[in-house]
Amino acid sequence: MTRSTDSGLLSPQEAAVRVAASLKKRGRSERRFRYLGIAAITLSILFLVLLFAGIFTKGIPGMFQHYVTLDVVLDKGRMDPQGDMSEASLYSGDARGLVNESLLIALGSPEGRKAKRAARSILSSGSASRLTEFTLKHPELIGENVAVKFAVDDDIDSFMRGFISRETPESDRRINDETIEFVDRLDQASLISYEFSDYLFTGSASRDAEIAGIKGALIGSIWTLGVCLLIAFPLGVATAVYLEEIAPKNRMTEIIEININNLAAVPSVVFGIMGLAIFILVFGLPRSIPLVGGIVLALMTLPTIIISSRAAIRAVPPSIRDAALGIGASKMQTILHHVIPPAMPGMLTGTIIGMAQALGETAPLLMIGMVAFIVDVPGGVTEPATALPVQIFMWADFAERMFIQKTSAAIIVLLAFLITMNAGAIILRKKLERRWQ
Amino acid sequence: MADEVIGTKEVNFQDREVPDETVGEVFVNNPRMTARNVSVYYAEKLAVDDVTLDVGSSEVIAFVGPSGCGKSTLLRCFNRMNDTIDICRMEGKINIDGDDINDPKIDVVSLRARVGMVFQKPNPFPKSIFDNIAYGPRIHGLARDSVELDEIVERSLERAGLWSEVKDRLDQPGTSLSGGQQQRLCIARAIAVGPEVILMDEPCSALDPIATAKVEELISELREQYSIVIVTHSMQQAARVSDRTAYFHLGKLVEVGETKQIFTRPVHRLTEDYITGRFG
Ligand SMILES: Nc1ncnc2c1ncn2[C@@H]1O[C@H](COP(=O)(O)OP(=O)(O)OP(=O)(O)O)[C@@H](O)[C@H]1O
Ligand SMILES: [Mg+2]
Repeated sequence: MTRSTDSGLLSPQEAAVRVAASLKKRGRSERRFRYLGIAAITLSILFLVLLFAGIFTKGIPGMFQHYVTLDVVLDKGRMDPQGDMSEASLYSGDARGLVNESLLIALGSPEGRKAKRAARSILSSGSASRLTEFTLKHPELIGENVAVKFAVDDDIDSFMRGFISRETPESDRRINDETIEFVDRLDQASLISYEFSDYLFTGSASRDAEIAGIKGALIGSIWTLGVCLLIAFPLGVATAVYLEEIAPKNRMTEIIEININNLAAVPSVVFGIMGLAIFILVFGLPRSIPLVGGIVLALMTLPTIIISSRAAIRAVPPSIRDAALGIGASKMQTILHHVIPPAMPGMLTGTIIGMAQALGETAPLLMIGMVAFIVDVPGGVTEPATALPVQIFMWADFAERMFIQKTSAAIIVLLAFLITMNAGAIILRKKLERRWQ
Repeated sequence: MADEVIGTKEVNFQDREVPDETVGEVFVNNPRMTARNVSVYYAEKLAVDDVTLDVGSSEVIAFVGPSGCGKSTLLRCFNRMNDTIDICRMEGKINIDGDDINDPKIDVVSLRARVGMVFQKPNPFPKSIFDNIAYGPRIHGLARDSVELDEIVERSLERAGLWSEVKDRLDQPGTSLSGGQQQRLCIARAIAVGPEVILMDEPCSALDPIATAKVEELISELREQYSIVIVTHSMQQAARVSDRTAYFHLGKLVEVGETKQIFTRPVHRLTEDYITGRFG
């Protein structure tokens, strides 16, 4: 054998042969690992693409809808019965009559109750208030002949998109032959247009799909997240600083630490039940308000913020603390001037991740009643509100074709919101990191 | 054995009783800091064993000894940096200018302004060079206005021999300097709060010979004004920069004396063995 006898070690030649043999094996296993990795990434990208393709093909059309443009004479006497152009007066006026008359004129003044009813069913039930709002915005146009766009009823919209077929027998169809004929007439006169839906962002919850929007839910989400951030960030950072820098390392802190980690794994609906039990039933706070929602979400995101903040604090080198203490900084000065600033990017990242979780959370909000049908846009944290994911959850339950599309549109908005938040986090992080490096 | 010592021994600063183990003259005529029968425990582990030693005004005293003999631990007693270690407990008495540093009436913050520290690894703050120096004066309220602060920064950097190298880049991060420059920055930072004593724990162990020479030169210049305690593993360094040398072994102060005497005519056998390189 080539084994060198005196040292018991392999001879260089023999070692080289064996290394060459093992190299081949190593190369194979490394290649296998790489292929597995590539396969995994391809698969996840594929799923992501499918997900986005699905959401966007449904959601983008959901951001558009059909409108009818009508010439309306803003008759002063009928629009404004009290003659003072006040909101109350305009809302008590006969906007509905004016809209319907314009529509009939556009359709060549059909006669008969049945025909008139068919004509009226083309327009959304929100058309009268749309005309009133238009007048409120442009009081100078009163008495004039103006062209105003009105949303069509969601069934008509579905018909325009081809989801309701003419071939279906009239008895099985949601709209009758006469209505179809009127729609055709409007279409031939180029009065029907397909445009970006202004109701999506400015409308609130409604049973009528064509005028339903996410404004209320979006504002509700912002209020709720605001409360959540105001509570969770300071509390989370303070807890992390206390546990890492100040608390004595004993059994008590150990137990607290374990419990915080466990809390991170508690299902969110449990926090909702707890919020219901404590804040609503014991403290008597009203249901459905962003204040309670925010508190519940804050409790839910706290563990995330605490854990990431502690990691960020632990990443600050101890030598920096020694340096500060060594020239006579007090413990608090050391923490405030030398520990928190470099840990801030990590803390913010954790906070934004927590906020993003909170933004998408539905279950706990259902528990505290933020699922109610709320038409008004919430003006504060103590007014009844709903949140974006809850709105999506509710819309997904409706059968109307248009709601399905608006659900996807709302999901896109939610995703955009999330991406904006994450981008903000990254920018903030980069900025702070540059300052402290 | 340790139990009967804990908390029972009443130590006086005039106490001139020297532990039997120590040979050489531990006392000086004009002491700035005095350690009397200092023992330090990490939990139950004895790290410094009954050390009595003076640090004179305007002198450089070097602590030498094998690894783990408690040099750093004793050094960190002088500015109570051991307070930050939960399990660390000190017995005995350390005075600065006659005041007990562990007296509850003495604020540790003001003590650390009087007893500065330079660490083994350069540890500038991740801030600008200017802010590194200005931080201490700011928190201690040393400068009445920004003009005075600028002056303190400039003088400190000059004193540390760094001014000419950094005067055009004061707003750049301290971490952008070379290792040797960083260590001198740390010395300047310590000087800026006007200490009486500067503690240095192996300040050159992370530096190359040229940077080391610069820091040593700096120490020689600073000895006029400050008392300097330096821990070092380099016998040559101790010989070059210090006036007195203290040799530690297993937590005990074995021998202390004039540096020249320690290196040429050590009395204790352990000292001799260590200096001649027979162990350690
Ligand atoms: N934070 C600590 N916790 C527990 N024991 C410690 C701690 N720091 C030091 N010790 C122990 O105390 C003893 C003295 O340590 P010290 O750091 O003072 O030694 P040293 O002389 O500075 O050594 P070196 O020359 O290697 O720096 C050692 O046995 C060490 O294990
Ligand atoms: Mg040491």
